[in-house]
Parts: sequence; C-alpha cells; structure tokens
Amino acid sequence: MAHEHKLAIFRGTLKFKNNIQKIWGVLIFLTLVTAVEVVLGIYKPAFLLENKFLTMKYLNWIFIILTIVKAYYITWDFMHMRDEVKGLRRAVVWTAIFLICYLVFILLTEGDYIFDVYNEGFQSWDF
Amino acid sequence: MDTTVTHNNAEGKTWDGGNEPLRASYGKMMMWFFIVSDALTFSGFLAAYGFSRFKFIDAWPIADEVFTHVPFIHGNFPMIYVAIMTFVLIMSSVTMVLAVDAGHKLKHKSVAFYMFLTIIGGIIFVGSQGWEWATFIKGDYGAVETKGGKILQFVDTEGNRLGLADFAIPQVTDREQHLSKNGIWYDSEGAATTFSIEEVKAGFKATPNALIRTQILTESGEKTVLSREASLEKLEKDGKLVVEGANLRHNEYGAPLFADFFFFITGFHGFHVFSGILINIIIFFNVVLGTYERRGHYEMVEKVGLYWHFVDLVWVFVFTFFYLV
Repeated sequence: MAHEHKLAIFRGTLKFKNNIQKIWGVLIFLTLVTAVEVVLGIYKPAFLLENKFLTMKYLNWIFIILTIVKAYYITWDFMHMRDEVKGLRRAVVWTAIFLICYLVFILLTEGDYIFDVYNEGFQSWDF
Repeated sequence: MDTTVTHNNAEGKTWDGGNEPLRASYGKMMMWFFIVSDALTFSGFLAAYGFSRFKFIDAWPIADEVFTHVPFIHGNFPMIYVAIMTFVLIMSSVTMVLAVDAGHKLKHKSVAFYMFLTIIGGIIFVGSQGWEWATFIKGDYGAVETKGGKILQFVDTEGNRLGLADFAIPQVTDREQHLSKNGIWYDSEGAATTFSIEEVKAGFKATPNALIRTQILTESGEKTVLSREASLEKLEKDGKLVVEGANLRHNEYGAPLFADFFFFITGFHGFHVFSGILINIIIFFNVVLGTYERRGHYEMVEKVGLYWHFVDLVWVFVFTFFYLV
C-alpha cells in the first residue's frame, strides 16, 4: 500500500517534506480561512455589504468562495484526491459539481420567482 | 472481508475484483461513489433551504441574532460557539488523516491512538450540536406570532431586545391545561407558554418605550422597527399567539421554515457524524485486535477516513449557509 503522496500545495508554490507536515500545513490553512470567515461574519464590514456583484453582496461571495476553497483542500489533501488518477477524480468531482450547480440554479430561480409573486400580488401576506 | 479476498486470491484476474479500474480498490471506489450520492442528497437539502430562503428573502431570520450563546458564559457572542465546533470537526479530520498515514506505514499503535482521538473529536462535536439544538429550542427573548404566521419581536427605543418577561404583566386567571381525558378528541395541548397573549398585550401597552420589530429586512439588512403607534396597533390587531423558542411549527426567531431546515439539515448531518463515530469505533476495535495487521494493510481505515472527511466537508457547507451567508 505504499502510495506516493504529492506533497506540494498552492499549485506547487508550497512544498512539504513529508505527508504529516503537509497535513498540519493544510490544517493551519483551513483554520486561517475559517478564522477569516468568522471575523468577517462578526464585524460585517459595511463596504462589503453595500456593494453587489451579480445581485449578491460581496460578503456572501467571499463566504461562498472561501467555502469552496476549504472544500477543495479537504477533498484534495485529507481525502487524498490529489493522489488519485485523473479518471477517478473527474468521475467524482465533475459529476457532483455539474449536478449541484444545475439543482441550485433551478431551485434558486424558482424561489426568486415565488418571492416576486408574493411581493407583487394584490394579496397582502403580512397580517 | 472482501478486500482481503481480493488481495489474496484474485490477483491478475480481470473479474472478481482482481482488476482495479482507476487504480483504486473496489471498496475505495465504491466509498467515493457513495460519497457522491450522499453529497447530492445534502446539496438537495441545502438547495431546498436556499429555495425557501429566496422565497422569503426579505424576511429571513438573521443567524447572528439566533445563535449567540456560548456554554458557561453569559452574554452575546454570535458565531464563536459554532466556530469552535467547526474547529473540533476539522481537528478530528486531521487526526483521521494522521491515522491513515500511520496505517500506510503499518504503525499499529499510532493508528489506534489517532482513531481514538478522532472518535473523541466526533463525540465532542455531536455533544456540542446537542447543546446548540437545546439552546435553539429553548429560545431567549420570546415573541408574538400574528394571525398570518409572522413573528413580532420586541425592542426598546434604543434598539435593545426586550424579553417577554421584561414587560408582560402577570394576571390571575383560571387557566387549566387541556388534557386528552377531558376532551372529545384524544389530543391534549402542549405546554403553556410562560405568559399568555393578554398578559403580553397588557404589558406592552403599559411600557411606553417598547416597540415592535417585524421580520421584514431593511435595505441594510436589519429588521424593521415600527413606531410606537404602529406597534400598538399591530399587536392589538394581528397578535395571536405567544411563541417561546423554536420547534417545527413555531419559531420565535422568524419563519418556521428556518427552524425546520435547521433541525432537518443539522440533524441529518449530526446523524452522519453519529454513524461515523460508530463505524470509527468498530474500526478502532479491529485495529486494536490486530485484524488489519494480520491482513497486511490498513485500507479499511482509509475508507472510513473518506467517510469521516466527507462529514467534515458537509459541515463546511452547512456552516456557511446557516451561519454566515
């Protein structure tokens, strides 16, 4: 079962000597990312709340992107996806990502439509 | 176990598991495909949460106001507790990878040690989630539900939250709990709230600095506070039911759907953690008994490791969509 581990992260800019060091390195990185999220979540800087990109606040974009970054490192380094062959990696990751994006797109569009129906209808829902 | 058979008898055979497509053993590949399907289940739930939230995008509870407690400490600390929980789970993920790594090096004792730490981490996480649930169910300030199912919360003129106990005037009434033996139908009523709606209404009238805060969010993402006159009128006209805490039907923090999804998604995740702990315990005993040492490889540890990391991965998303966004 002697696997070869790929020991470089951040596209090869950070190389570790052995697998155990890489695990701790990834832990430090994940902890930092979580800390950034928590600090932003508590203080909610005003300029990130006021500005929007594609109808979503900057702050929420940051949260979602950081989440995906965390998910990437958990999958690639903790679950050893980095060491699997390309075929397995794509079968797992692409399938999931495609289906999830599709589902999220459909449901959020529909939810937004129903909001409009409630909001613009003649019936008041606040009673 | 099948994997042992695979490695002993089927070497070189195309069928019977001798061939390893994608250079992963049968068990590991199936664990990956199980994870894909489970990931789709969870994203189904989270997307449904997003659907409901988009439906009520202008009136959704603010997570920072909902989850503000830390055990043993009084005060208002949004996010801190859940951040600790997240860290515990990531930490138990790390001990799991360390166990897998020790397994590759066939270090029997350190695999057992790291598996043990992983189990402890999992137990701490599930316990914390139980506490989070209990706090959420208990609630803190109390609110009034309107006829239309909307939630009215109370604040003073400075914007500080008022609990029902801060202003409600207790009245002497002959209120008896309805039991199933007294009725035609076999249903009894649930526990009565601390104050009745009349007591809350009377107390609100007698407290000049009390205002009502509705669910509707303003442009800057805060809840709308009504003027004193509008508050009095709103409570008198629409107020129907006192709500304390959250359950599947009523939720003092806002839309009942928020509580429904919170219970369902974190509950389903917690159940995954719980079953992960059970599987980890089984593997831990197998490690201690030397099953994998005799087998010559620790692949089972790697497989439960995949499952355990997946649970961590799901939590990362639950954390974002329930507590941050």
